[in-house]
Amino acid sequence: MPLLEIRKLSLSFGGLRAIDMIDLTVEADEIVGLIGPNGAGKTTLFNCVTGIVPPTSGEILYRGESLTGLRPDQVAAKGVSRTFQNIRLFREMTVLENVMVGGHCRMRAGVAGAIFRPKAVIKEEEGLAAKALELLRFVGLEQKEDLWARQLPYGDQRRLEIARAMAGDPSLLLLDEPACGMNPQETNALMELIHLIRKRGITVLLIEHQMKMVMGISDRLVVLDHGIKIAEGTPEAVRADPAVIGAYLGKESIGAQTG
Amino acid sequence: MLVQQLINGLTLGSVYALIALGYTMVYGIIELINFAHGEIYMLGAYMGIITFGLLTTLHLTFPTSGAALLIMMVMAMLFCGACGITIERLAYRPLRGASRLAPLISALGVSIFLQNFVMLAQGPRDKGFPHLFAGEGIDLFGSRISAIQMFIMATSVLMMAALQLLVHRTKIGKAMRATAQDMQMASLVGIDVDRVISATFLIGSALAGVAGIMVGMYYGLINFFIGYIAGIKAFTAAVLGGIGNIPGAMLGGLLLGLIEALGAGYISSEYKDVFAFAILVLVLIFRPSGLLGKDISRRV
Repeated sequence: MPLLEIRKLSLSFGGLRAIDMIDLTVEADEIVGLIGPNGAGKTTLFNCVTGIVPPTSGEILYRGESLTGLRPDQVAAKGVSRTFQNIRLFREMTVLENVMVGGHCRMRAGVAGAIFRPKAVIKEEEGLAAKALELLRFVGLEQKEDLWARQLPYGDQRRLEIARAMAGDPSLLLLDEPACGMNPQETNALMELIHLIRKRGITVLLIEHQMKMVMGISDRLVVLDHGIKIAEGTPEAVRADPAVIGAYLGKESIGAQTG
Repeated sequence: MLVQQLINGLTLGSVYALIALGYTMVYGIIELINFAHGEIYMLGAYMGIITFGLLTTLHLTFPTSGAALLIMMVMAMLFCGACGITIERLAYRPLRGASRLAPLISALGVSIFLQNFVMLAQGPRDKGFPHLFAGEGIDLFGSRISAIQMFIMATSVLMMAALQLLVHRTKIGKAMRATAQDMQMASLVGIDVDRVISATFLIGSALAGVAGIMVGMYYGLINFFIGYIAGIKAFTAAVLGGIGNIPGAMLGGLLLGLIEALGAGYISSEYKDVFAFAILVLVLIFRPSGLLGKDISRRV
């Protein structure tokens, strides 16, 4: 069974079809790249999967269970986490707190437990803090746990967003343009990090515009254009696909090449 | 005179602060001015009287009236907390996603409903609040600080400290802060936002319930209308401190109490409410984000 299976997914805003009959599967332990020109519907697809926007039609299956109609927190509890292209940290919280919040859905204590704080609750919270520190080390933010999230430089904020997403013990991590705004060294470090994330047993689906990175890291690429899937396959196959070249460079360029 | 007015002002101010916290916490999370919040405070005062009456009719005698008071406060907190959660469920949650005006009007409706309900159920006349404090108080720089004033200040400080701990040290507190900063993102990291909103109403309403009991004891009389003025005063305090900001509500409450007391003492007690509302107008004109609030343009 695939980890994520999207069947005939469509989303319309009024007359505009933002996503049109998309089929997409992600197998466990894969790294899949989602590419396409601006406005192709990539982020919209993430929004549908994570429960922010309900799709107009179609199905989203996660481990064979339907995610359609679930709230974002229920999707997160099933094991799907995401990051955003425009970083959305809790800016007025510390770095450590940001990661701990990401792990709360894995805790059992309720409101009463938080107020009366029996030993089990305190122990659970200490465990969460230890785990959060380990994740911060993993993404390379050790010693920065007590800073405010807004104080971090840009690249570190992206890493923190990844750590927060991982705190919920996801099996599937959706990364929305993680290399956006990064210089080549930072991008290389990020590719390294994504490989390590996969080694921890987390499947990665990422949207990315930096072709060198997404070609270098993905097992498989899926290409969207105007809400439609136009190509799918290994990076080499996709690179050579005329439909993809057409979508990126304009239809005329194909005419120029072939004619 | 000065010290006496300061003591009076801090007493009143700490009550304003307790009520203001409910306004500010709710606003911080769902950006709603919960105009029914003053009524919750009024319900707390009535629940105090009802509990006291029950204890008396059941012939439960206590070694000290302190035990009775404690039971009254716990009952008021539970009852008001339940009311707050219910009001949010019935009157605000169905309107989430509607225009911002809709829940505001709903809040006014709840406020009018509760006032009239209590007027019909408990009668329109003032009700005497049981005297539970026999203590004489102490002299301080030639002024008198009564036992009840000490009790009000101590209880308020304790409650506010507990709230700070809750917000900063616990899981639900972190979830509340996360939800206040970015509700959708909070949901995406797995926080059940509806539960956080319920918890916010529970905590804010419980604090208002305690405030109701304390003011009932302080003035000795309550009626169905006390939530109106207290609610607007506490709202002023929340705006003064910066609405949405928890330490701001505490500071705003204390400052408003002091301004009122000093104005009443040195200018005229008739104009007490005028000072409070003049402050509201001035803050809204010159510093709409309040003393501790963030610049509003930055939030958007």
